[in-house]
Amino acid sequence: MLEIKCPYCGLRDEEEFGCGGEAHIARPLADNPISDKDFADYLFYRDNPKGLFLERWRHSAGCRRWFNVARDTVSHQILEVYPMGAKPSTKAGRAAYEASWRRQSPAEAAARNIPQKTRKTSTSKR
Amino acid sequence: MARKTNIRANRNSHQAVSIDSHAPISFTFDGRTYQGCRGDTLASALLANNVHLTGRSFKYHRPRGIMAAGAEEPNALVGIGVGGRIEPNIKATQIELYDGLVAVSQNRFPSLKLDMGEINSVFSRFFPAGFYYKTFMWPASFWMGYEHIIRRAAGLGKASDTHQDPDRYEKRHAHFDIVVVGGGLAGLNAALQAANSGQRVLLAEDQHQCGGWLRSCDDIAIDGMAGHEWADKTALHLAEMENVTLLPRTTCFGYGDHNFLTLAERVTDHLAEKPAHLPRMRLWKVRARQVILATGAIERPLVFAGNDLPGVMLASAAQTYLNQYGVLAGGRGILTTNNDAAWHSAFALHEAGCLITAIVDTRENPAPAVLKQAAALGIQTRLGAGIIAAHGRLHIARVEIAPLTKTGDALAGEAEHFDCDLVLMSGGMNPVVHLHSQSRGKLKWDERTYCFRPSTSHEATQSVGACNGSFEPSRGIKEANAAALKAVKANGGAAEALDLPDIIARKINYTPMPIWQIPSGLPAGQGGKAFVDFQNDVTASDIQLAVREGYHSVEHVKRYTTTGMATDQGKTSNINALGILARERNAEIPAVGTTTFRMPYTPTSIGMIAGRDIGGLFDPVRVTPMDKWHREAGAKFEHVGQWMRAWYYPQKGESMEEAVHREVRAARQTAGLLDASTLGKIDIKGPDAAEFLNRIYTNSWLKLGVGNCRYGLMCKDDGMVMDDGVTTRLADDHFHMTTTTGGAAGVLDWLEEWQQTEWPELKVYLTSVTEQWAVATLSGPAAQEILNAAGTDIPLNNEGFRFMSMREGHVSGLPARIYRISFTGELSYEINVPARYGMALWTTLMRAGKTFGITPYGTEAMHVLRGEKGFIIVGQETDGTVTPHDLGMSWIVSDKKPDFIGKRALARQAMQASDRKQLVGLKTKDPKQVIPEGAHATLDPDQPPPVDMLGHVTSSYFSPNLGHSVAMALLRAGHTRMGQTVYFPMLDGSPPIEATITDTRFYDPKGERLNG
Repeated sequence: MLEIKCPYCGLRDEEEFGCGGEAHIARPLADNPISDKDFADYLFYRDNPKGLFLERWRHSAGCRRWFNVARDTVSHQILEVYPMGAKPSTKAGRAAYEASWRRQSPAEAAARNIPQKTRKTSTSKR
Repeated sequence: MARKTNIRANRNSHQAVSIDSHAPISFTFDGRTYQGCRGDTLASALLANNVHLTGRSFKYHRPRGIMAAGAEEPNALVGIGVGGRIEPNIKATQIELYDGLVAVSQNRFPSLKLDMGEINSVFSRFFPAGFYYKTFMWPASFWMGYEHIIRRAAGLGKASDTHQDPDRYEKRHAHFDIVVVGGGLAGLNAALQAANSGQRVLLAEDQHQCGGWLRSCDDIAIDGMAGHEWADKTALHLAEMENVTLLPRTTCFGYGDHNFLTLAERVTDHLAEKPAHLPRMRLWKVRARQVILATGAIERPLVFAGNDLPGVMLASAAQTYLNQYGVLAGGRGILTTNNDAAWHSAFALHEAGCLITAIVDTRENPAPAVLKQAAALGIQTRLGAGIIAAHGRLHIARVEIAPLTKTGDALAGEAEHFDCDLVLMSGGMNPVVHLHSQSRGKLKWDERTYCFRPSTSHEATQSVGACNGSFEPSRGIKEANAAALKAVKANGGAAEALDLPDIIARKINYTPMPIWQIPSGLPAGQGGKAFVDFQNDVTASDIQLAVREGYHSVEHVKRYTTTGMATDQGKTSNINALGILARERNAEIPAVGTTTFRMPYTPTSIGMIAGRDIGGLFDPVRVTPMDKWHREAGAKFEHVGQWMRAWYYPQKGESMEEAVHREVRAARQTAGLLDASTLGKIDIKGPDAAEFLNRIYTNSWLKLGVGNCRYGLMCKDDGMVMDDGVTTRLADDHFHMTTTTGGAAGVLDWLEEWQQTEWPELKVYLTSVTEQWAVATLSGPAAQEILNAAGTDIPLNNEGFRFMSMREGHVSGLPARIYRISFTGELSYEINVPARYGMALWTTLMRAGKTFGITPYGTEAMHVLRGEKGFIIVGQETDGTVTPHDLGMSWIVSDKKPDFIGKRALARQAMQASDRKQLVGLKTKDPKQVIPEGAHATLDPDQPPPVDMLGHVTSSYFSPNLGHSVAMALLRAGHTRMGQTVYFPMLDGSPPIEATITDTRFYDPKGERLNG
């Protein structure tokens, strides 16, 4: 059982928490048109890396707050815990964030309201 | 054989250090009464009574006896206890004897000495490795029958089936700075050094006394004391320290991520009378900052034909029975070994009175010291030799000893025969690396002692002493102290290094000869069985067969032969199995690899893991403030999530159907009263509350006037309906949301998630108020008159209090919010009062409504009433694949809002498909026929299989108000099929039910009754 450091309550057992899956998935706004295929990157596709993974956790049986956890899926080592809306601050955490194929995905661009070039093929690597 | 009562007089240096020979107690085994001593294990007491045969083996039903003296025992599994306390498959070596203990042998019929199942042994040629996989393949239709027979034949003990477990189990969470597992020489030293720092230390010892091997050996002196005396003194000292928790009778059985340890403390198992205030066992869930494992080592058996006969025992176990319990396991013994250490066990037994007739060593050159001692004791030796076969029916009687080649893989001469009643065997030592391995530490093969020992740790853990392959006592304590100092330092503390105790121990070379099977001189599969895994009856030739059949990976061989898969997890078998596998593959053991150890280290009671979370405490039961009234009215209840809801209120002699029909009629003809307190309620407050709801729900919320209510549907971001309910604007910045009863917690989670993770800029507070409000729904033509009769300061006329609005005031003096909303289609008031007034409100309304014919109705009537109106229930009409459009509720999906959860997904191409399943009504041809819910629709009842299915019925009732049945169904392209006929084939073979597809609004389709 993991021991997770809730940023608001401190170290607690995993059984007090719920895992919310991959973090930093930007939600494309409905009025920013993207193709069904690109939207599927947001809606259906989740990473499952062997190694460092940035994921969302919630202290459901405690303060009920959401936060982010950088966890190694092999060693279960928790590299850092950081609040919602923030980015990882460790070098490895930042690298994992930048390396995600989502950073280049049209879904993320749509979420940030970045004007889209018409694309011929999806650039997403999955 | 049997206990030497005069053992002190007999041998000055020896005493039975773990028992109180002045405290005799009696116990029964297979119905016969025996005497033992306080401190005995069942195994030692049985041996003291000359009982060696303790059970029959798993597969071949071979007679088996006690082989070991600890957790590694593979043979002596017995059933313990009576009535509800019966527990099967317990190792006799781990049962602490108490007065009146009842034990029975297992896996035998009709008796232990005469067992019918032994015939399996005769036909063993036909039970090779993978027997079940090979034999019961076909015909497939027989599998169910096979399984039944196999399970009957293969089971070991029987659990109690007629009684409930009378015992109580507790759980305890704890944090420690340093946890030491194992209270032997190394563990005691580690704990002592760790405790010296003042940090909080837990020392867990599996046995009831500390000391480990110090209790069994007679050749270690520490600080001028016998080893066991030093252990007792040190344990006492530790127990008195304030920062030390010493748990005897506690097995650390699991070691998980982030230094999380699970320990089983046996609190009352050793007591004849179980005090009521004590739990039987206590599960410790411990989070440790640093862990020191000092779990010791287990002796390996040797693999030779007949090595499973009762009377064949690990050399160290025989020494344990002698020194700890004063029991000589035999009178005429032979030692077979590949190492020096076991010679000393044989010497100890010989000196205590068991005549050791020969020591057989596979090596040609044991240490001169042991040869000298053997000669001095007059014990003859056979060097470069092994026991190639053991004989006897229910007990060892004779062995064949033959010289071996230098490598030990063939015979080098003729066999001699020796009579004996005890064989001591020793194949070297296996460090107990289970916990290290469970915590994902790596193992390495030690070429010096031919065993796997810990290499790198994954958690903050160190292994010390024998479990680290350091079998020499002086080396073990050095490691222990160093590890403790390192742990203290890692925790940020400091401790003065204690002087190491002064140890006098015999110098022993622990290097064994690597020999994994003693050759029998016969081809593989012939001759006697040479067991590798005793508990699962796996022989050396089974492993050879597996390799011949192409199973090379250790994981495959393990599963194919089942070696190491018994409840002992191969404590005595794994290394021998790996050795034989490596030999058969012409590979080295490290190249063959090892399998992973899993928790639990030893079998653990499920009752302890469940703890108190059983029966009524398994899951909370929630009741409404009016619960007592429903019970007194004789209501039948149904579970809705954790809630108990009144289902229907049968009157004298009424069937459920009659009661529900009466309630349903009353709600439309006079008035019905429903306890709706269980509805989920969420208080939503903040300047951005309206904007928040606007994004959550599919329809618009910004312009909802204060005091007005609106029905809303929530989708997940995939566009599928997840919940619905009515939400009311209490103030500009304040809303009262209702959810489905079962969905309340999930909806609050959902709202919080979006608020915190996606829209943190929205200023909104979310509070669950489900249990703060009691709700009585008054519904029917007489509702207004009844409410007036109860007395209210809220004007109820249609102009002043319109449908879909809320008024705050009083009902019969109780502060109340009345919502004029309707789930029945009738004039309806949902009266909310603070929960503590719930019962007062209910009784007031019942009293006021008496003359009007008010009728309480339950959830079943509520379902029928809404079914008549075609109102959906989320989770019944929807299943996570249904969009608002599929439900025919496109009217609730705003196309003006820039965004809401699910908006983009609803625009996906797949959501526009014309063949989506859509909600429709059904009217049966025979109005009395009610289609079973879940029935599948087809257009052609005579179509041969596979039948083309259109969809299924989601709700179906007989409507007493309409006089015919009503049903809703999700059918492919249902909205385009109005008027079509569909058929519902019946499972019971009766003719398919014929129905016409209709609109879902069966009753009062124009909604004229809402205004009474």
